[in-house]
Amino acid sequence: MDKLKPNQKLDIHHILKDLDKYHPKKRGWVWREQGDIKLRGFTYKQASPSLKNFVPLPSSSSLDGIDPQPDCVVTTEIASGRFEDDIRRMRMAAYHGADHVMVIRTAGQSHFDGLLEGTPQGVGGIPVTRKQLRAQRRALDLIEEEVGRPINYHSYVSGVAGPEIAVLFTEEGVNGAHQDPQYNVLYRNINMIRSFVDAAESKKVLAYANMAQIDGAHNANATARDAWKVMPELLVQHAINSVFSEKIGIKPENIALSTVPPAASPTPDLKLNLPYAVALREFFDKYKMRAQMNTKYMDSSTREATVTHVLNLLVSRLTSADIQSTITPDEGRNVPWHIYNIEALDTAKQALVGMDDILGMLDLKTDGYLYEKKREIQERAILMMEEIIEMGGYFKAVEAGMFVDSGEYPERNADGISREIDGGVGKNSVIARDEDYMAPVTAHYGYNNVAQYDENAKDDPAKLIGGSTFECPEKIQFIDELDDSDNVYLRLEETEKYRDSKWLKPEVEWLADGTVTVDLFFPIGLKIAQEAAILAGKNMNLKDVEVIHKEVLHPSEGTRIQIKGKVNFDIDMEALKIPEEIKTISEDEIVKYVKDNPIKVIAGTGGSDEHSVGIREVLDIKHGGVEKFGIKYTYLGTSVPIEKFVDAAIEMDAQCIMMSTIISHDDIHYKNMEKLHNYAIEKGVRDKLILLAGGTQVTPEIARKYKMDQGFGRGTKGIQIASFLVNQHKAMKLNEN
Amino acid sequence: MKERNDDYTNRRQHLKNMTDKELKEYFYKLSDKIVDPLVDLGHKYTSKSIERSVLLRMGFSSLEAKAIVDLLNEHNLLRKGAGHCVYRVSKDKNLSIRDAGISISEGEHIEYLMEVFNNNG
Repeated sequence: MDKLKPNQKLDIHHILKDLDKYHPKKRGWVWREQGDIKLRGFTYKQASPSLKNFVPLPSSSSLDGIDPQPDCVVTTEIASGRFEDDIRRMRMAAYHGADHVMVIRTAGQSHFDGLLEGTPQGVGGIPVTRKQLRAQRRALDLIEEEVGRPINYHSYVSGVAGPEIAVLFTEEGVNGAHQDPQYNVLYRNINMIRSFVDAAESKKVLAYANMAQIDGAHNANATARDAWKVMPELLVQHAINSVFSEKIGIKPENIALSTVPPAASPTPDLKLNLPYAVALREFFDKYKMRAQMNTKYMDSSTREATVTHVLNLLVSRLTSADIQSTITPDEGRNVPWHIYNIEALDTAKQALVGMDDILGMLDLKTDGYLYEKKREIQERAILMMEEIIEMGGYFKAVEAGMFVDSGEYPERNADGISREIDGGVGKNSVIARDEDYMAPVTAHYGYNNVAQYDENAKDDPAKLIGGSTFECPEKIQFIDELDDSDNVYLRLEETEKYRDSKWLKPEVEWLADGTVTVDLFFPIGLKIAQEAAILAGKNMNLKDVEVIHKEVLHPSEGTRIQIKGKVNFDIDMEALKIPEEIKTISEDEIVKYVKDNPIKVIAGTGGSDEHSVGIREVLDIKHGGVEKFGIKYTYLGTSVPIEKFVDAAIEMDAQCIMMSTIISHDDIHYKNMEKLHNYAIEKGVRDKLILLAGGTQVTPEIARKYKMDQGFGRGTKGIQIASFLVNQHKAMKLNEN
Repeated sequence: MKERNDDYTNRRQHLKNMTDKELKEYFYKLSDKIVDPLVDLGHKYTSKSIERSVLLRMGFSSLEAKAIVDLLNEHNLLRKGAGHCVYRVSKDKNLSIRDAGISISEGEHIEYLMEVFNNNG
């Protein structure tokens, strides 16, 4: 499997094979190619070239399948606990426009003193290990070839093993990382001195690998009671990490601020979020903006989350976003499922493309409320920095509880997060470097007395050892598994029955997990509706039934409940009857062909049949019928005698007869098909006519059995008939010649 | 921190006449003041994680790196650099870098290192 094909599943066994010998194809972050693109007569300004293989937005079916891509990198976060299942989701996400795949770490990894190895199952994320990274990077190397655009792979450099993780990421071709010592300090209670000392080394490694770095400031608005009140502090946190990173050596264009619009409707969303977004982008214009979506005000409604996220995208387009992150609309209720990663990506693509070039038409006001509010946020941030310096610096300020206070600075509510300078995980664990301290490796930060051994190795310390793993990847030591009771091989074995076999089961996150959702409405209040829903699930033979969403439509008239549960059956795909698919050709191609080769159709419902709705749908221009493509038709009406179809075709010089036949009593529809065929022979015109039958009981196989050229069943679209007509007409012309 | 009412209007007096450009310059001046001592810390100190990350780059596995660093830390040798210790043993005992590291992780050469580095001050 050197190449993925759209019609083939990715083989996880192949990805895991000889993994010890695999090295990533490249290092470093990649931005999208940007510039105007033209598609179907539209010009897009904030855009990027289309993909080689993709799934477009649903409405694209009326627009020749175009899939315009926005200019910014688009992120999806995937980490279900089983990295092997996540790989399939990554491939689906790439088809929907993701070119930045973030992996969330399993709970507790940031307090693990060292690197994890192997492939244990995770909780709320995955254990990030060399093997897991290498397998996913290897898969992404194939997927990016398939879609025709580089994919940035990303995870977290935090906790008490930051520098090791940064080295691991560089070795394994990870392209971006969250790195912000303030995150360690405030939310992981890791000692602050240790966090900053480690961060310096980590950042130096990220700089070497040309990775994009994302900070952690957005966590403050997820933590504070009223998220919008921490806006001044967010500017301070961004400044501390960005300036620190730049001083260590990360290029400003690789430093991205993680910014989330802090508020969400029903607050006056834009009035709070827009001035903040402007304030931030003005102060931090040399850095990149990673616009994340709001999670703070998410409940279990995926609809509500989607609207909040579209408003966030509006803020991105009214200001700027270099990386647009997506939050899955189900994050308020569970670890994200496949379908919601895709929904979030489609939401971002649809909204960003829809708002293309909005600032080419609008200007943000430079006076009044927007200006004053923006300036106020900036001034409040500056006042906070003044006080931090007055207090004796960053550490003293953290100790005093200056950060994540719910008051809008300078207001203080005395509820900030306070950490002791010599407290927390890893306290008193930094060691002063002696005068002869030395580290013979690439990308090591700080004092390094290499000159004591070789004056010439000062700028290339790894010269002392003939190159580090960064220059000589063959020196990397690969560990396969450490735990023989918890690893990917055991998990694959459990689900092997469903891998590339005839067996199928519904799934939300893991192969054959069997989980389904049911959407219910009960004409009653919430309390009873909930219990009724659980019983309904049980009566549907679902296991582990749980309510995942509830919405009151009226306190007594009705409640909507969504439940999830597990099914306990397998589907045998070989026993399924798959309807034949009629291949379509493009609208333009049909229109052009019909213009050069006029096609006329005689249509009606045959025999004693008064059902005319279906056939009108595939004839009329209004419903996207064949008329839309320039095909002319004569409609004979309902209950048309079979002979009349053929006589009319001869008289009008038509090339096709479309007979609708709904009634199937006594197999009358088959008999009418044969009758039509036989009468056309009798009249000597069968080889000049394309005979089509359609109706709810008609299948292509049956129609052809009864001598029709083709049959069309339920749900047929005009374009399918038009496509068939064009192809058949071409073939007939070839035969004539 | 003690509770405090919003006194923004009073506090901002020295900022209100600054232009936007001046305000931004001042913001970065303050950022430098807060960040510079933090950068300095990174320059002067190391940690077990940093030292393990050095050993990873020298071609040791995470398990080997942990064993070496724990042992060197017990003997107060991380101030010299874990990579330094491995390099020194490799050089003086004519061993490959990997062999030097593995032998340290097995407890060898520790006394030699203590002697060499204590002599060097």
